[in-house]
Amino acid sequence: MQQILKIEGLKTVFESDEGVVKAVDGINFDLKRGQILGVVGESGCGKTVTALSILQLIRPPKGKIVSGQITYYYPDGRRVEITSLKPNSKEMRKIRGKEISMIFQDPMMALNPVLSVGEQIMESLTLHHRISKTEAREKAIKILEQVGISAAGKRIDEYPHEFSGGMQQRVMIAIALCCAPSLVIADEPTTALDVTIEAQILDLIREEQKKNGLSVIMITHDLGVVSEITDTVIIMYAGQIVEHASTAEIINNPKHPYTKGLLQSRPQIGQKDQLVPIEGMVPNLTNLPEGCYFAPRCSQAEDICYQQSPPTFILSSDQSVKCWLYNE
Amino acid sequence: MSNQYHSEQKSSLTEILIDTEQNQQIRRSQLQLIFRRFQKNRLGCIGLLGVCIFILLSIGAPFFAPYDHVEQDYQRSYLPPQSIHFFDQDDRFHFVPFTYKYKKIMDPETFVFSYEEDTSKRFHLKFFTSGFSYKLMGLVPIKTHFLGVEAPGTIFLLGTDAHGRDLLSRILYGGRISLSVALLGALVTGIVGTTIGSISGYYSGIIDVLLQRLVELVQCFPQIALWMVLSVAFPSTWPPLYILYGIVGIFSLLSWPLLAREIRGKVLSYRNTEFVLAAEVMGVSTPVIIVRHIIPHVASHIVVALTIAIPSMILAESTLSFLGLGIRPPMVSWGRLLRDAQSLQTLNQHPWMMIPGGFIVLAVMAFNFLGDGLRDAIDPYSK
Repeated sequence: MQQILKIEGLKTVFESDEGVVKAVDGINFDLKRGQILGVVGESGCGKTVTALSILQLIRPPKGKIVSGQITYYYPDGRRVEITSLKPNSKEMRKIRGKEISMIFQDPMMALNPVLSVGEQIMESLTLHHRISKTEAREKAIKILEQVGISAAGKRIDEYPHEFSGGMQQRVMIAIALCCAPSLVIADEPTTALDVTIEAQILDLIREEQKKNGLSVIMITHDLGVVSEITDTVIIMYAGQIVEHASTAEIINNPKHPYTKGLLQSRPQIGQKDQLVPIEGMVPNLTNLPEGCYFAPRCSQAEDICYQQSPPTFILSSDQSVKCWLYNE
Repeated sequence: MSNQYHSEQKSSLTEILIDTEQNQQIRRSQLQLIFRRFQKNRLGCIGLLGVCIFILLSIGAPFFAPYDHVEQDYQRSYLPPQSIHFFDQDDRFHFVPFTYKYKKIMDPETFVFSYEEDTSKRFHLKFFTSGFSYKLMGLVPIKTHFLGVEAPGTIFLLGTDAHGRDLLSRILYGGRISLSVALLGALVTGIVGTTIGSISGYYSGIIDVLLQRLVELVQCFPQIALWMVLSVAFPSTWPPLYILYGIVGIFSLLSWPLLAREIRGKVLSYRNTEFVLAAEVMGVSTPVIIVRHIIPHVASHIVVALTIAIPSMILAESTLSFLGLGIRPPMVSWGRLLRDAQSLQTLNQHPWMMIPGGFIVLAVMAFNFLGDGLRDAIDPYSK
């Protein structure tokens, strides 16, 4: 399969009053065309910052990508090093929306309340394609129908507040898909929605992926969503990738103690016992412990875990884990 | 019991249905909502009416003015406001009001001039009389005026000044200048303040710091002193129109910082919203984000800030002209007219020369009422 995105040693930091926050601390991963990659982790583990780093939308002067390379591969085989582009350059803006776009968590917040839904879709369309306003409008209506909004011709002139939450998220998806991007980053697209709507939205994303060979980075903390839709999964903890494996391996054969903990703390149908939470708290990102960041919370931690940060051990072609337990 | 409950529920259900149906029929735009709220504010409506009247009078100044505002006649200097009569010498009622001609007489002992009504002939008031010629809308030459009497009768409703010029006409022409200075000044303030404020708020960082220090620097200066220094700096060879633009420039220069500060704060808070990030994700460029995605949120605020800035501009222009540093003759403004009323002699003998002050007060009040009304109506959170 063709590659679409390659991230090597990405480090993104934020300066704060308490010190430098290492939001993303040296992560590597590849994404293949047509693949759905799940990124899972607790709040504040660097999922969204990774997504914004890919789009070069880390806000200066507080936030900065300090090292690493992000390479994007165009459908025609050309490639561009995103990290070498200036965040506000024309080239970067051409990648945003047209090649890589994003679906946000809360559509209520991500849609501009003073612009009609149609205006917001047409803005992206006219930005990336040389088309007239009437053409853009027709196209926008078509896209709205495609994402399952009935009477799109009429609703296109309505404002975001006139839509329900699920419909707003559909509009959000329509905006993200309108310029036919190759990669969509979905940042917890279903967190703000109820379960039935969640299933519909996931179906919609999967349908797009099947039909147009879309690649998706699905950021979530819901393992249910992961098992339902993703091909491979990255588990993140304190800005690092602790486990990277195919979805089946993660669900059925988790390796990292953190992944195991996550799966145990999930309710299951028929389960009578109490849930087993992961002990302790997420470490403070300005003051990380030595060695493995997860060690203080880990029940299987050994001496070495507190002294040295583990390297990434490759277990099989589709599973790697950052834990001393797998040191052969 | 249950039956009753049932029917009650049913009726409330139909009510809801009807309600939603009506809602769909009368879906109001934001502008309509603002207008409805504004209508309920009585002071605001009075303000709007006043502002409309002032603007109408200013646009149609040559039409409403009975005399040319620069036409001098020393035979009628300091003529007090002429009274309009309904009853003549013999107490006979006339349906159409009329005026008498004035005779100038001199006290043989004190040599003081005074005026006396010549009751021998009545001059009836007429609408749409012909008088001095002017150009309608600056294009069509026309002689028709709103109100007048036939020559040699005169109608000086607010009296005349030292040069025998009709005060009412001068006030109307002066209103043109005073209001255009204020409106132009507000416009320039709005443009400059919004631009700098939104740039400062959006880019933050070093640009923000520099612009905010500039704002503070400008605000540090004592206003009146700076007005005076700047207006004295205009070369005396400049035509009066240039002076007017210069004054507009001075006022805008000193009043944009306040608006820029307010806009900066607003933009700063909208800049970090998710919909701005979403627009950035789609590749929208920064200027477009500011103009299309952020400014509409701030627009109502700008409108109100400017409506409230207008009265202070009127006052500023009056102050400057009153001190003799503003508008230069032959242009007139309300402040310029008040300059003629500076002396104690005026207070004592020609009190009508202070009437332009009343117009300033009325205009300022009208704009203030309008501004307050607009602020209350536009703010969606006020109830």
